[in-house]
Amino acid sequence: MAIASFAESGADLQLTGITKRFPGFTAIEELDLTIPAGSFFALLGPSGCGKTTTLRLVAGLEEPTAGQILIGGKDVTSTKPFQRPVNTVFQSYALFPHMTILENVAFGLRRRKLGDPVGKAHEALKLVELDHLASRRPAQLSGGQQQRVALARAIVNRPALLLLDEPLGALDLKLRRQMQLELKTIQTEVGLTFLHVTHDQEEAMTMADTVAVMNKGKIEQMGAPEELYELPRTAFVANFLGQSNLFTGEVVASGPDHIAVDVAGVPIVVPRTRAQRHAGEIAIGVRPEKVSLLTSAPLPESGRNVLGPGRVTDVSFSGVSTQYLVDVPGVGELVVFAQNMVFGPVVQVGASVWISWNADHGFGLDDDPGVVPRFVPDASTESIAIQRRIALEEELEQA
Amino acid sequence: MAFTAFASQATVEQAPRKRSWIALVLLLPGIAYLVLFFLAPLISLIITSFQQPVLDGDIGEYTAGFQWQNYTDALGEYWPLVLRSFGFALIATVLALAVSYPIAYFIGVKARRFPLLQSLMLTLVIAPFFISFLLRTLAWKQIMSDEGPIVQFLKTIAILPSDGHLTGTAFSVIFGLTYNFIPFMTLPLYATLERLDTRYLEAGADLYASPFTVFRKVTVPLSMPGIISGTLLTFIPAAGDYINASRDFLGSSSTAMVGNAIEANFLVLQNYPIAAALSIVLMAVILIIVGLYVRRAGTEDLV
Ligand SMILES: Nc1ncnc2c1ncn2[C@@H]1O[C@H](COP(=O)(O)OP(=O)(O)OP(=O)(O)O)[C@@H](O)[C@H]1O
Ligand SMILES: [Mg+2]
Repeated sequence: MAIASFAESGADLQLTGITKRFPGFTAIEELDLTIPAGSFFALLGPSGCGKTTTLRLVAGLEEPTAGQILIGGKDVTSTKPFQRPVNTVFQSYALFPHMTILENVAFGLRRRKLGDPVGKAHEALKLVELDHLASRRPAQLSGGQQQRVALARAIVNRPALLLLDEPLGALDLKLRRQMQLELKTIQTEVGLTFLHVTHDQEEAMTMADTVAVMNKGKIEQMGAPEELYELPRTAFVANFLGQSNLFTGEVVASGPDHIAVDVAGVPIVVPRTRAQRHAGEIAIGVRPEKVSLLTSAPLPESGRNVLGPGRVTDVSFSGVSTQYLVDVPGVGELVVFAQNMVFGPVVQVGASVWISWNADHGFGLDDDPGVVPRFVPDASTESIAIQRRIALEEELEQA
Repeated sequence: MAFTAFASQATVEQAPRKRSWIALVLLLPGIAYLVLFFLAPLISLIITSFQQPVLDGDIGEYTAGFQWQNYTDALGEYWPLVLRSFGFALIATVLALAVSYPIAYFIGVKARRFPLLQSLMLTLVIAPFFISFLLRTLAWKQIMSDEGPIVQFLKTIAILPSDGHLTGTAFSVIFGLTYNFIPFMTLPLYATLERLDTRYLEAGADLYASPFTVFRKVTVPLSMPGIISGTLLTFIPAAGDYINASRDFLGSSSTAMVGNAIEANFLVLQNYPIAAALSIVLMAVILIIVGLYVRRAGTEDLV
């Protein structure tokens, strides 16, 4: 299928019930995914979770064991890669070593018999600031330069659907920002659909309309970046996107708007709509920057959760904010981010503090509590160590 | 400070000199071998090619001289054989490439995930080497003989006229050359294709190239080192071969190649200068052809 011109607009991508099994290993399991035309979709996940495999399935380089792939409403499950209106920026670049940079970039244009492949290739190379190296071979380029050529080689084709497999991973911060801008501009100008795989959560958050977090071949959660961050549905998402303080406990009170969870004897309130489960033992959490440190016990106030007293075990300064680790007996170690409104940290290591947060900022997770790390004593060496330390500290205090 | 700088510079300069001295020692056996077994015979061959017959001497008695006419005589008499040699060798090389490439591709790329199958097929490719070159060629003479099944069959389906032969024709000689040199083509091809990174082929397919275009634009250029060494390893010995084209094997007087002329002049006619001149011509033409070919195909791909 020769495509005689550039894509006028992006195409939507629909994966239904995609499963991919390698001999003895299931890489993707029952994946359902819809990416609307013209959107910037980011796929985030730890190494080996199946991101590259997903892209390869969409590009046609791998055949799904089960399921269907639709691009622009057309079923392409059984078509060959060269017939799909898709281009890929490969994680390994895969630049043709026997061709010059220019010929690499012009390759796709020549195959589709588009007019002026050389001129267009030069333009794409200018975009990634490598036009001056057009006559070199890939082996004569640095890793970051090769990555930018791979980017140019794919976007020069203006495909309806562009697959990017960590396309900016080898670039320094400044260049990465610049390339992010370029990518976003191209994507919005033509209205192309981008499926962008990245390790960099900040990149995913700033660029994408929709972010999906993948884990072990499944999509854990997807949605707008703020939504994903503010309301993670599983412990995996809560910890993979930023940091979270997680607790587990029994639901002890259940009202129309709020539920309360017993955490080490303290009822912690979570809005009902922000909790995935409303009964039994559940896991709840709060983001470290939503939590404030208090040096004296606060007066009970409705709508605020308080834990404490705890002991500050670590203070680390990171420019805009300071990270405090607070050990609360019976609960465990909690993380608190505080903006540096004054010079230096507000409390020192060893200080006795209370932590408190607005009940509306909590969230309740969907995981089975057994899966979530619990802070109540159990058999793991870490919790035994924590227990011992708590016991020792109590002893010292009494002495 | 300045002294230390000097001192370190001196040691830096000495180190490579020491290494090159070791390299020379290591190279010495090789150089001695080349001088003894290549350079000396080559000079002797050149001297022989200019020798002149001894006046009133016996057949096969020659004395040193500068008889360049040996070359014009040799070429004048044997130029059709020279042409035929390179023609046959070229056809055999092309055929061997056409047969070997798919085999090598299958073993090196498709069978990658099955190492057992890979080694089994490689053994099959090399298997003919376990039998003597002469025996193998004689066996083909038997198979293609007039009483053999192939000729009989071709006659019954009227492809071959009733008085036709297979042995002693250009067909059987080229067939023999192709058959005998196929392993020399397959092995270097396999060696490059085995290392072929299939991600380049995927990238080609992703960039709208059909399987045939990917083969033409990516696979072939990337396997060029194997193609060059395979064709050289086939073409050079095939051009000088005298077994296949010999009357005793698959050829006849009408299929004689340069190798046969050299053999006859050296062993039968005892015309050593002509045999030497023909050898030099053969060598020179091969050198020129190979030089042009390698230059054309790009020397950097050879290494
Ligand atoms: N051809 C294959 N055969 C068997 N297993 C495979 C194959 N390709 C990938 N896998 C496995 O599938 C899983 C997913 O691989 P994939 O390359 O999709 O990971 P990824 O999410 O892209 O990781 P990364 O971020 O490190 O690139 C991995 O555990 C990998 O070992
Ligand atoms: Mg990957």
